[in-house]
Amino acid sequence: MNATELIAGILLLAGAAFVLVSAIGVIRFPDVYMRMHAATKAGTLGAGLVLGAAAIVFGDLGITVRSFVVFLFLLLTAPVAAHVLGRAAYYDGVPRWERTRLDELDGRYPVPGERGAPKAVPPGD
Amino acid sequence: MILFEPPMGFLAIATYVTMIAVAISILVAALRVFIGPSLPDRVVALDLVGLLAVSVISVVAIASQQPVLLDAAIALALIAFLSTMAFARFIEWQGGRDE
Repeated sequence: MNATELIAGILLLAGAAFVLVSAIGVIRFPDVYMRMHAATKAGTLGAGLVLGAAAIVFGDLGITVRSFVVFLFLLLTAPVAAHVLGRAAYYDGVPRWERTRLDELDGRYPVPGERGAPKAVPPGD
Repeated sequence: MILFEPPMGFLAIATYVTMIAVAISILVAALRVFIGPSLPDRVVALDLVGLLAVSVISVVAIASQQPVLLDAAIALALIAFLSTMAFARFIEWQGGRDE
């Protein structure tokens, strides 16, 4: 067993652990916003670790660049997708966990549950 | 397809463990897609399934020594992002609650 194999295996196992944690978070968290938290962060990191393992195993410049590009793309798009989806869920009035204590958007957006085009928030306050 | 021979080294064992873990994760995320009380819950779980599919493709690329499969991972990540954005816009326009 050489060092490349060892590092790639450790990266694979770490990625598997993060992926499993993200799936457990998606099934166990009580709220769509918390589930988004689990799916986006832990899932992106797990997929990135597995991609890094692939880059190390093959050890080729083209493969490394390719897997790095995939990871960069995931890193760029996962927050954007989560933000748009969270905003859509908030507009749509998806209920929060009942023990959520702070909602700083309360009253600034249209009433949760009310459908229709969202109004712009007045700037400066 | 799988090229690891029976006296398996550490990398082969790690690859198989990762395959099993990702498979379990996809099943769990699919369970959230099925039960998931609102439409945004389902879309979040579908987004995670797309991310896990990228992981599956990389693990299979390692196991089968076919680095060409990473091109499919690029396309799949793009498709997953676009479908999530489309679903989010759809929820904003139409409302997605199905209780």
